Amino acid sequence: MTSALGSVASLAARAGGAVVDQVRSALGQGGGAGAASAPASGWLVVSIYREPSEIDVTALPAPLAAYGGSIETRVRPAPGGKGSELAVRLTGGSSGKASAPARLAGSDPQGDLRSALRQAKQLIEVGEVLAVDPTPHGKRTATPGGALLEAATKRAPKGGVL
Amino acid sequence: MKAVTWRGVNEVGVEDVPEPKILNDHDIILEVGLSVTCGSDLHLLGGYIPAMRAGDVLGHEFMGTVAEVGKNVTKHKVGDRVVVVSFTSCGQCWYCKNELWSLCDNGNPNPGITETLWGQGIGGCFGYSHALGGYAGSHAPYMRVPYADQGAFAIPDGVSDERALFASDAAPTGWTGAHQAEVKPGDVVAVWGAGGVGQMAARKAMLMGAEQVVVIDRFDNRLQQVRQHIGAETLDYEQVDVPAELREMSGGRGPDVCIEAVGMEAHGTGPQYLYDQVKQQLRLQSDRPTALREAIYACRKGGTVFALGVFAGLVDKFPMGAVMNKALTLRGAQQHGHRYIPEILDLMSRDEVKTEHLATHVMSLDDGPKGYRMFKEKEDGCVRAVFRPGS
Repeated sequence: MTSALGSVASLAARAGGAVVDQVRSALGQGGGAGAASAPASGWLVVSIYREPSEIDVTALPAPLAAYGGSIETRVRPAPGGKGSELAVRLTGGSSGKASAPARLAGSDPQGDLRSALRQAKQLIEVGEVLAVDPTPHGKRTATPGGALLEAATKRAPKGGVL
Repeated sequence: MKAVTWRGVNEVGVEDVPEPKILNDHDIILEVGLSVTCGSDLHLLGGYIPAMRAGDVLGHEFMGTVAEVGKNVTKHKVGDRVVVVSFTSCGQCWYCKNELWSLCDNGNPNPGITETLWGQGIGGCFGYSHALGGYAGSHAPYMRVPYADQGAFAIPDGVSDERALFASDAAPTGWTGAHQAEVKPGDVVAVWGAGGVGQMAARKAMLMGAEQVVVIDRFDNRLQQVRQHIGAETLDYEQVDVPAELREMSGGRGPDVCIEAVGMEAHGTGPQYLYDQVKQQLRLQSDRPTALREAIYACRKGGTVFALGVFAGLVDKFPMGAVMNKALTLRGAQQHGHRYIPEILDLMSRDEVKTEHLATHVMSLDDGPKGYRMFKEKEDGCVRAVFRPGS
């Protein structure tokens, strides 16, 4: 392959590949470790580097407290001196798992809870939730790849395999 | 303010961007003194890490002066000269408390992307895509630094800006590789890649008592830097058979520790390199592991291979049989710089670690596209292009 032809092929393949990757990411069907999911029990769990006695389930940080009685919580020691395990799940037998189209439309109860749990962990460990926006950037060119990445980034706090 | 930005695959721009603001109480705003290109930026430029948006500010290796402090910052004050580690880490989670700083649970506001890719999220990194947090990079006059009490380090008097700059990323990344590979006195250590990170890994291996350290590359000027400034031996892989040379150097055993400081765009010779190129360009594998494979085959039985270059996804023809049957220890990491920077700065202040030679080309932000071109193409012996926003 000549270098010029190689460059063209490379650019085309990368552009296509990037879009495919981003579509997969946005749809939660990535080829990596896996898309956002939850165990059959519905529990979402984080480890927090604090003693269980320091986590008061009756006075959880605001992102979880806002759920009131619509979530169950569980705290237990993490083995090996890793702190505590804080688990939450939606009550009422709902897994909260939304379909890919519903998630893209913004309806994702399980994702919302996942994000709230992450924020609660940060508030307990660090005392505040890390912000990134507004971050300085230059002109955003309107491209399909950029739009998909923006959608994936917007969903990222709710996504993942937590 | 003016900044060097990613505009698309192999497109670097210079454009106006808003000035950063303090968003969290543990932030500082840094007036950037120097900011340097890094080999891992080339993966962003090449489109191999598809989580960049047009307009993203590049740069993750930098130093400067504190311009503003958040109300919970206790270690720094306006006017302090600091170097900042490229990873954002909270200092409070189990990973940070166990010195695994780049694995921080609370450093990346977009954890869903890397959790989906890799099974768990890792910390964030300045100017290194939305997968690692979407933070603006350092090729700008000012930048926001979260968790500043953890990630910013006062530069000792007597250490120049040009030397301290590389305590941000190249040196602590090299330190991470050699230290976590557990180099021991008497070891033979081979390092693939004679860029800044490879040179620093070699230096740390020597400081840890390695008997013999050899660095492998193909660029004369970089190999010359290794011999002159690091004091290690070199091999030019376009001139010699590297595995054979390594066997001879090590009494037929192979190196005790093999550190791969090349990453996902490895260059090589022979049909295997062509195979990797074709598969990567066709997106049938995301990363080219050419150097990593060689390191695995070259390593002595029971030795350690450390993947220090950046890999993002999947590799093909991975010699798992060699890993298993030779009882190798295979490790990898992004830098845990918070752990190593105090030691590095101390060594810099005693002239035991020197890095100025890496900054072969210093220029203004206006020259951003030129700097990246020179760095990528190795024009004029460019080892690292450094931007001075104030010039």
